[in-house]
Amino acid sequence: MSNYLLVIIIFCYLAVLFYIAFIAEKNAKSKWVNNPYIYTLSLAVYCSAWTYYGSIGTAANSGVEFLPIYLGPAIAVPIWIILLRKIIRISKQHKISSIADFISLRYGNNRFLGALITVLCITATVPYISLQLKAVADTFSIMTNEPHPIGLGMFDDSTFYIALILAIFATFFGTQATDASEKHKGIVTTVAFESLLKLTFFLIIGIYVTYYLFDGTEDIYNKISSEPNFDSLIKLPTLESGFNWFFMLMLSFTAIFLLPRQFQISVLENSREKHLKKAIWMFPLYLLLFNVFVIFIAWAGKLTFGENANAEYYTLLLPLNSGHTFLALLVFLGGFSAVISMVVVSTLALSKMISNNLIIPYGFLDKFIKAKPEENALYIKNIRRISIFTIIILAYFFYTNFSIELSLYSIGLISFVIVAQLAPSFFIGLYWNRGSSLGSILGILLGFAISTYTLILPFTIEAFTGGSEFTDLGLFGIAALKPYALFGIDFLSPPAHAFFWSLSANIVCYLTISVAFKGHYRERNYAEMFVDSKNYSSLQDNALVWKGEAYVADIKNVLTKFLGEARTQRALQLFFKKYHIPSDTQMADARLINFSEKLLTGSIGGASAKILIAGVVKEQEISLTEVLKILEESKETISSNKALQEKSIELTDLTGKLKEANEELIVKDKQKDEFLDTVAHELKTPITGIRAASELLMDENDDMPPEIRQTFLKNIVSDSDRLSRLINNILDFEKLSTGRQQLNLKKHNIQKTLKKAIGNIQHIAAKKEIKIVNLNSFNFELPYDEDRILQVLTNLLSNSLKFCESEKGVITLDYKLGNNCIEVYVKDNGKGIPDEDINYIFDKFYQSKNQNTIKPQGSGLGLAISKQIIEKHNGRIWLEKGVKVGSTFGFKLPFN
Amino acid sequence: MKTKKILIVDDEPNIVMTLEYAFKKKDFEVYIARDGGEAMHILETSIPDVVLLDIMMPNVDGYQTLEHIKKNEALKNTKVVFLTAKNKISDIEKGLKLGADKYLTKPFSIKKIVSEILGLLN
Repeated sequence: MSNYLLVIIIFCYLAVLFYIAFIAEKNAKSKWVNNPYIYTLSLAVYCSAWTYYGSIGTAANSGVEFLPIYLGPAIAVPIWIILLRKIIRISKQHKISSIADFISLRYGNNRFLGALITVLCITATVPYISLQLKAVADTFSIMTNEPHPIGLGMFDDSTFYIALILAIFATFFGTQATDASEKHKGIVTTVAFESLLKLTFFLIIGIYVTYYLFDGTEDIYNKISSEPNFDSLIKLPTLESGFNWFFMLMLSFTAIFLLPRQFQISVLENSREKHLKKAIWMFPLYLLLFNVFVIFIAWAGKLTFGENANAEYYTLLLPLNSGHTFLALLVFLGGFSAVISMVVVSTLALSKMISNNLIIPYGFLDKFIKAKPEENALYIKNIRRISIFTIIILAYFFYTNFSIELSLYSIGLISFVIVAQLAPSFFIGLYWNRGSSLGSILGILLGFAISTYTLILPFTIEAFTGGSEFTDLGLFGIAALKPYALFGIDFLSPPAHAFFWSLSANIVCYLTISVAFKGHYRERNYAEMFVDSKNYSSLQDNALVWKGEAYVADIKNVLTKFLGEARTQRALQLFFKKYHIPSDTQMADARLINFSEKLLTGSIGGASAKILIAGVVKEQEISLTEVLKILEESKETISSNKALQEKSIELTDLTGKLKEANEELIVKDKQKDEFLDTVAHELKTPITGIRAASELLMDENDDMPPEIRQTFLKNIVSDSDRLSRLINNILDFEKLSTGRQQLNLKKHNIQKTLKKAIGNIQHIAAKKEIKIVNLNSFNFELPYDEDRILQVLTNLLSNSLKFCESEKGVITLDYKLGNNCIEVYVKDNGKGIPDEDINYIFDKFYQSKNQNTIKPQGSGLGLAISKQIIEKHNGRIWLEKGVKVGSTFGFKLPFN
Repeated sequence: MKTKKILIVDDEPNIVMTLEYAFKKKDFEVYIARDGGEAMHILETSIPDVVLLDIMMPNVDGYQTLEHIKKNEALKNTKVVFLTAKNKISDIEKGLKLGADKYLTKPFSIKKIVSEILGLLN
């Protein structure tokens, strides 16, 4: 394939990636960008060019040894739910922006530890990145069928330009926000896209090789099994190789947590914890799919090329050998994708570590304090941008000068072993609160030294001098110091051997130093926050123990330098509101110190944040025991606060109820006033009549005609009757409503009671010639107070009489059995009651508007009393709605 | 002297009867209405010198009737006297504020009512 064509294709592909990143960044909140699938796919940044090409090389030369690198993460993945969730929570809470930040914060925001981890990660990653560049260069030359481009000079080397483009990409999408704990949706989405591509292309080539070039897996197996050395390709021959396997598993287990790019993607770019649930089965599935065809491609390559080709590039060589250039191009793009993801995410992660843990805390702080906020934001971004370029250029030089002789697989493993030195401080520190920064620093240094001696040094010496004296004889010719067989352990492969010794020494050192020396109180404070993160997250800003003097104004000043005026103002306002602190407070407390440190951590890293804040406050030393005591107390305060809050809610409830009761009382009082008013008015009316008539009758000078005198006398009698009826009703009503009236419940026959009621009123009905009809004749007995029910019936019947026209009126009585009750109806064909009155008809002193213009005789209490009587029987009384002619009253009496 | 005309508005027939008798004795021409609505109807054709007005009545009450009278230019010389069982200070104030010429309370002395009305008309 032509050189230029391939370059054009590469640029087109990069343009697509830029576009995807741009779109994702623009729609950062959309569900297309924030879902468990994108998260899982982006985790596959783990599968770099090393996986894509290197594992086939290993499979071809050493058989199943390629597997542990994938089995390790697969074993680790189920533990994510517990471990990673905790790490994610802590990171979010403390605005952590890198693994260096994470570990150094755990050990009391130790500046040196952060820097050490950064250096370690650079050492591990730069060769790793150069390995990716090597893969690009190698595959490029295979594709174009041109000799190796190295030696043409940097500016004639296409690899150099590709490296630069990767740096631009990482810079553009990686340094948009000053706050390094912000998410990078654009990068994550492209990584996910690339992961999908590389898997798809890898599967395509796998299927192509296995089923097109060969006749399926069985065919390949049958052919390869007749080769010499076949056994070594499929078996772990000895117990020792079993140990090797074990250590390699452990190695990749730690790598999936600790590699800066994995920490970046799995922890910092995690937008929702629940995404983990999908990732724990999908990510192992991804790794499994990636490995299905590895062994067959390796064997197929071996069968096709024998020993005459670099096994790492079988995936390219096989289709090219058969003339399928397009397939090879796909494979090339897949590998290229793996490279881009790894390089971009790694440089992004490293640049943050370099700026926040190395450059800023060691030298730039003074400059920052003097500069303006906008300048600071730019400085910080520029430091990161320069870091990204520096790392990539560094990697490029490493590649041109060192890596020609090194295989992909070996550099990858060296990288893993170096990063694994973080494991004790990281994992043990998460669960053991006594792990100290001194232990951590010394452990890492010792582990790094040992891995340098046992792996990096011999490896480099061999690669450049070609001699193996150092390896074969040991330092100064001492056999116990042979780098690949320290103290006589000679059965492990170099990486497993280095891993075993360095990590053992690291752990022992970490544990003993931590136990032997008492740590600083601040360190212990953070240790508690990490170890007991669940409890301490509820303490929030209270979790930091701090004593001393500090002015809000000073702290605000520092914050403004990095966050700008507006953001600082907003953050402080939120803080004051959250803790109910008046916003004009002058002295800062521990919470504000902690809060401010966190705010700054995102921009300049934990260590610098601590130094900056410490510069403007006067801190008092506190003893470790005091710190522990205060922490215990604040935990208790939280729980007692909770109890207080519950009590307060109860009290609020009670107050509400009291208020209600009071309102009810007021309403009742008002009702009572109205009732008395109405009663007085009702009493005054007959009295007025009596008084006026009597006065006229008394006048001796008056020659009143006898018939008028007679009328007046009759009026006096009827007014007196009305008066006494009214008084009786009021007393009845009062007795019923206060509950002083007891019912005299006995079994009675309802039929007989109805007849009595009709008998009581018959003479009035007869006078008006109104018919009263009793529809029912069956007898039924149930318990009730007969006098009271008679009162109700008489009242309903006389109401009907009042509303019926003489001669035409018919009143019907009926009853029927209901559900555990008897229902009685009184129906008439009178004027009826308008619907608007139905709701009020049973209120005391309510008189319908629709009654005859001649004021009906009544106290206005009849229906109110009836209602009370029926309700005392646990029954119900009502007026039927929607009746066309007259009105129908009903009531029901239960018989249980 | 011209015959005085009185309109008695009350829904209690027994009370109306006594007032009707007393005013007829004093040579008044007596009109009777059993609520505000009837009163308005009568006022369309007759202009009494005085209206004796109860307040609590069905349909149209005394206050509404008074307002109606005050709006009617033809009735500007007609005096209005409330005669009611409502005797709270607030009720009395309300009645006078609406423009009643007098506010008398129930129960009453017939003689006193008659002399108050005569006093008002002279």
